Amino acid sequence: MFKKTILAALSSIMFAGPALAELVVPWFAYRTGAYAPSGIPLVDGINDYFTMVNERDGGIGGVPVRVLECETGYNTEKSVECYESTKAEGSLVYQPMSTGVTYQLIPKATADGIALHTLGYGRTSAANGRVFSNVFNYPANYWTAASVAVNHLLAENGGSISGKKVTLVYHNSAYGKEPIRVLEMLADKHGFEFNAIPVDHPGQEQKSQWLQIRREKPDYVLMWGWGVMNSVAINEAANIRFPMENFIGVWWSGSENDVLPAGMRADGYKALALNAPGTDYGIYDELKANVWDKGLTAGAGDQIGSVLYNRALYMAFLTHMAIEKAQEVTGVADISQADMIKGMEALEITDAMMAENGLAGFAPSFKVTCEDHGGSGLGAVQQWDASAKTWNLITDFIEPDMGMIAPLIKEDSEAFAKENNIAMRC
Amino acid sequence: MLYREAGDFSTTYREDNQTFPIRFDRYRYYAVMLIAFLVIPFFVNDYWVNAIFLPFLIYSIAALGLNILTGYCGQVSLGTGGFMAVGAYAVYKLMTAFPDISVLIHIVLAGGVTALVGILFGLPSLRIKGFYLAVATLAAQFFLVWVFNRIPWFYNYSASGQINAPERTFLGFTVTGAETKAWVAYLVCLVFVTISAIVARNMTRGALGRSWMAIRDMDIAAEIIGVNPLKAKLSAFAISSFFVGISGALYFSVYLGAVEVGEVFGINKSFLVLFMIIIGGLGSVFGSFIGAAFLVLLPVLLKNVLVGYFGWQTDVAAHLEFMIIGGLIVWFLIVEPHGLAQLWRLGKEKLRMWPFPY
Repeated sequence: MFKKTILAALSSIMFAGPALAELVVPWFAYRTGAYAPSGIPLVDGINDYFTMVNERDGGIGGVPVRVLECETGYNTEKSVECYESTKAEGSLVYQPMSTGVTYQLIPKATADGIALHTLGYGRTSAANGRVFSNVFNYPANYWTAASVAVNHLLAENGGSISGKKVTLVYHNSAYGKEPIRVLEMLADKHGFEFNAIPVDHPGQEQKSQWLQIRREKPDYVLMWGWGVMNSVAINEAANIRFPMENFIGVWWSGSENDVLPAGMRADGYKALALNAPGTDYGIYDELKANVWDKGLTAGAGDQIGSVLYNRALYMAFLTHMAIEKAQEVTGVADISQADMIKGMEALEITDAMMAENGLAGFAPSFKVTCEDHGGSGLGAVQQWDASAKTWNLITDFIEPDMGMIAPLIKEDSEAFAKENNIAMRC
Repeated sequence: MLYREAGDFSTTYREDNQTFPIRFDRYRYYAVMLIAFLVIPFFVNDYWVNAIFLPFLIYSIAALGLNILTGYCGQVSLGTGGFMAVGAYAVYKLMTAFPDISVLIHIVLAGGVTALVGILFGLPSLRIKGFYLAVATLAAQFFLVWVFNRIPWFYNYSASGQINAPERTFLGFTVTGAETKAWVAYLVCLVFVTISAIVARNMTRGALGRSWMAIRDMDIAAEIIGVNPLKAKLSAFAISSFFVGISGALYFSVYLGAVEVGEVFGINKSFLVLFMIIIGGLGSVFGSFIGAAFLVLLPVLLKNVLVGYFGWQTDVAAHLEFMIIGGLIVWFLIVEPHGLAQLWRLGKEKLRMWPFPY
């Protein structure tokens, strides 16, 4: 009886909804739970960007954009519920913001013919568009991140880190395990000693891991962390007085929310960057005029200008450009889910495009093709200045070792294709 | 008025002992079965199956399993998440090692593997009781998750450490993988749930169930009247783990398709299933279902009402959801400490008298 009442109540709710022409961009948000410190700036940034687009240009190609926010709490079951509840609304591209959920959605989204964009996370070998028709991970991925971090260390040490000890502290999940393979190969190639220390979800307790680091005294520590895990790790590193300039996080472990809890002790901590930090961009004037001054700010408005907020602007910008491209390729303003994939596959981000949108010098240019869904793979290194409370880029965008990564991507994706009987495209 | 019992007589012991002795209840049960098997499959879509029916059905099996151990035999277990993981990894290993054998057989076999693991971790229950046993099963929870994370053989050496369900068919219909039709997944789970519930119901009212309940009520007295505690406790662990293993196998292969052990089968899962049976009703088959429904469906319903209907901020809704569900749990447990099943039982007694109570 109880079940039936619920079903009746649910069905009355499910079939209520508007049916106007709009571009639906679903967003798996996590404003709650252990990953909220990372999730809130992202979802605020996405919302602000598309509010700006709607207010300033009346949408993209005249069709308004609706950001469909779905709270997942970084939980797999809730993400499945979010995916199923949003896909019928014409969702153009899913950005799950979780590598675990990405693995879950790759077969589902492919079967449903919906694009999946995992910017700087997710399954690395999805960069091979010949196998993964619906999955995009431009402009960079974890294998290029690992390589960029090692290349930075090489540059710092005059080209040789042979004999040095490098330790990876990672979130014990598909996300954290992703770079291990490449780091092991890089260790062989450059002759450094590599070991990996897992931190279990959600990562609030890391005493034993950092005790081990204190005992083993690595020269460098890399971190693949997310959510609460980041700030805990930086605090623990400070507690054992690990030199912060030798501690490098991936681009998901380098936001203000991660370093601020450690105060001055986090000074000098480094992280990779996909895009530049700071608010010195034209887009911030546009956001101010069209969003903040009109009182349309998403969330509490306290994340503006943070690293992850900038990351979200970048994601939103790439989605915006892909929608424009899709409209251009198909000649339709109210594009379908299949059109979106065409748009993403034809996407080319040039410096001129970025300048036009108030993002000059924000990130490197790249081009997506049918074969290559992975983008440039470039990454920079940013460093935290605790007294000024700012992140500063300390390098240019660094090239990863694609000579090593490209064959790996090919091998891994082809194994996946064979396992699942996928025919090669392009 | 609802229950018209006039002329509803039992003339044999068999009739007197049936699961639904009241005719109205019996017909209602048949009607629910008929609707579940013959009507719902024609109307479900992906959302209904993946967001509502599959989690409800699968958690019902897990709650049923834990209820046998905790509700009927009185052995508190916090290892449910770990045992579900055993089911999931067992079915994964079987699916990939023997691709030609039907996946449904693999799911049952995965239950068997979990039963063996359950017996192993049930051995301490012969010496320790109560809270101490709960801590011992907690060790099982952490140990099992650690093992599946640590030993690459379990996830076939995949780089991500995840397990992914390959596509498998049964009678030409895809049962696992992304191409699975909503109604097929629903029916597979429904069949498992129905059989599990019937088996559990009949076990718990037979000799085995009586010995479990004797152990639960007072183990020394039970031993004196001739119940073998070794047999009773270990069989409870085995059968309970069997059901939990099946639910874990379905959870991975039919429902999610890809699983990360630490996040999906963590300690939270053990608590969730334990809360299901406490809220639903310890020692009640119906309680397992209603407890699963309460904790699986209510959050989805609240989300749809608060976000979909009232258009609230998702984070406000998510926080409010926690508060509403927490408040309801406290309220239900104060009003009826024996769970929703007992509330239903009392309501039924009242309805039978209505409108002429003594």
